[in-house]
Amino acid sequence: MVFLRNLLLIAWCCIYTPMTFAALTIEITEGVESALPVAVVPFASSGAPVDISAVVNADLERSGYFKMLAQHAMPNRPSTSQEVNFKEWQALNQNYMVVGKVNNSGGQYDVQFQLLDVYKNGQLLGYKMASSEADLRRTAHHISDLIFEKLTGKKGAFSGRIAYITSSGSANHQLQVADADGFNPQTIAGSPEPLMSPSWSPDGKRIAYVSFERKSAAIYVQTLATGQRERVAEFPGINGAPSWSPDGTRLALTLSKDGSPDIYVLNLASRSLSKLTKNMAIDTEPSWSPDGSSIIFTSDRGGKPQIYMVSSQGGTEKRLTFTGDYNARGSFSSDGRNIVMVHGSGGGYRIAIMDMATKAINVLTSGPSDESPSFAPNGSMILYASKKGRTGFLSAVSLDGKMQQKLVFNSGEVREPAWSP
Amino acid sequence: MKLNKTALALAICTLFLSACADTEEKDPNLLDGSKAGTNGINDASTNGLNNSAGFNGSEMGGSGMYGRTGGGANSLGPEFSDPNNPLSKRTIYFTLDSSQVQQDFVPVVAAHAQYLLANPSQHITLEGHGDERGSREYNVGLGEQRAKSVASMMKIQGVSESQIGIVSYGEEKPAALGNDEAAWELNRRVEIDYQGR
Repeated sequence: MVFLRNLLLIAWCCIYTPMTFAALTIEITEGVESALPVAVVPFASSGAPVDISAVVNADLERSGYFKMLAQHAMPNRPSTSQEVNFKEWQALNQNYMVVGKVNNSGGQYDVQFQLLDVYKNGQLLGYKMASSEADLRRTAHHISDLIFEKLTGKKGAFSGRIAYITSSGSANHQLQVADADGFNPQTIAGSPEPLMSPSWSPDGKRIAYVSFERKSAAIYVQTLATGQRERVAEFPGINGAPSWSPDGTRLALTLSKDGSPDIYVLNLASRSLSKLTKNMAIDTEPSWSPDGSSIIFTSDRGGKPQIYMVSSQGGTEKRLTFTGDYNARGSFSSDGRNIVMVHGSGGGYRIAIMDMATKAINVLTSGPSDESPSFAPNGSMILYASKKGRTGFLSAVSLDGKMQQKLVFNSGEVREPAWSP
Repeated sequence: MKLNKTALALAICTLFLSACADTEEKDPNLLDGSKAGTNGINDASTNGLNNSAGFNGSEMGGSGMYGRTGGGANSLGPEFSDPNNPLSKRTIYFTLDSSQVQQDFVPVVAAHAQYLLANPSQHITLEGHGDERGSREYNVGLGEQRAKSVASMMKIQGVSESQIGIVSYGEEKPAALGNDEAAWELNRRVEIDYQGR
């Protein structure tokens, strides 16, 4: 598994010119009150180009779950558990600490770390892993994932990547993919005409998106590792809102070739198309349930946009949302229990989740122009786009609305974020 | 929710001055093709974009420019730049969440329909747009409905379907930047583009 990951990374690095500056800076605008005190002691290192412990420290801090101990407050810098005098760290009210070292062994790096319980004087986690130089940041994010899961019981999302659309000026639109901490931004596609609606394949290897580069809408599927892309839909009218089936074989999409926008399913291998909705209204923004059995979509057949559900084989369509005068762009959580959507009422647009069992809606953000929400792969955060004045930026909010992060782009507008699976 | 025409005209003038990039009001003075070549894709170098998928950069002119292809058949007469002629107006504005052509703009649509009837080789593209509120793909749907409602008015007057192309950009190509009603009402629009095919 790790070997495969390394292999993929090597392939990735051959194709992309790595850039190590951060395109995004991330601010925590609201954290949990009960943040756990953790000390990440700077790792002993023999000249690794990436400061692994600093990346881990920033990941954990950004999550909002932890209160990190500043370096200058540390009494000493142990790199193994044997070197730790736990009493000193107890005196600093630290619950947990992370120690480790990085050794250069002929171009490869051996990274080892331990997660320690300060009060029980014991090790909770201990790993030793090999990493290529190019892989060091990813190794650090992997360590963050392991620590996060051990301490919170929830899967970390630090290793993930985020796809988004950015514009600098009205004639320069780019689809980019960056690490979840904003580093390594890569341009996947660029066009003077708009690009829209990036959607990850379930295996994280391909992205489907809409491009107007030929002065009309078309849907492309692009393989990240090779840059190869294929135009999979270019019918007269709208070709929009691609969404991968959970098994990766089909795309749900919006086409208006028969008159009004309707939901279709395109089989990617056979290119056969099946029409799911037939309605004079706008039907768009399809999204699959995790088991692939049904598709939710936005429709204004009742006058205003609301979210509906239909079997992915077609059949009776059922309205899901009744609260608020505007509910759109729904998508499921990975356990299928909730959907997240844009919820409009009183002229503002906010992000809300709906419990599928009770149909209760919980509004998570304050608006007034929040859009494009989707669940992080670990299910604990929702990523969405926001606007303030002319600046578009990305934000993340926890499911209970208590924790907020703002991801600020250096320049230009950033929108339509999608977290990799 | 009627638009104050003077205010709108002023706002459009402001747009010219601020050169609101590629979605500005169609200015007949832009017939010189100064924006040609802005089409096509950039930044294909680092990621091996597959050019055979149709990136070509040369097949059409950049936006904000029209009448440059198709030889004499597509060159537009002086009536298009005469401010007293309805043909000089090539943007139809809409109210919130509506795709119905407002009374004020019926004469504009009618004038273009008459021109197309008299010039059957002429082709237009109706570009539908929306304001930034709400979700993006839904706004693409709304933009298309607006363009279609202009198209059906033209067809009722006898314009051939083959003369009219439709594309909806939703909220992706705003004419005015800003997060207030003044910007929004300039963005809920259909642009009549005489750019040749």
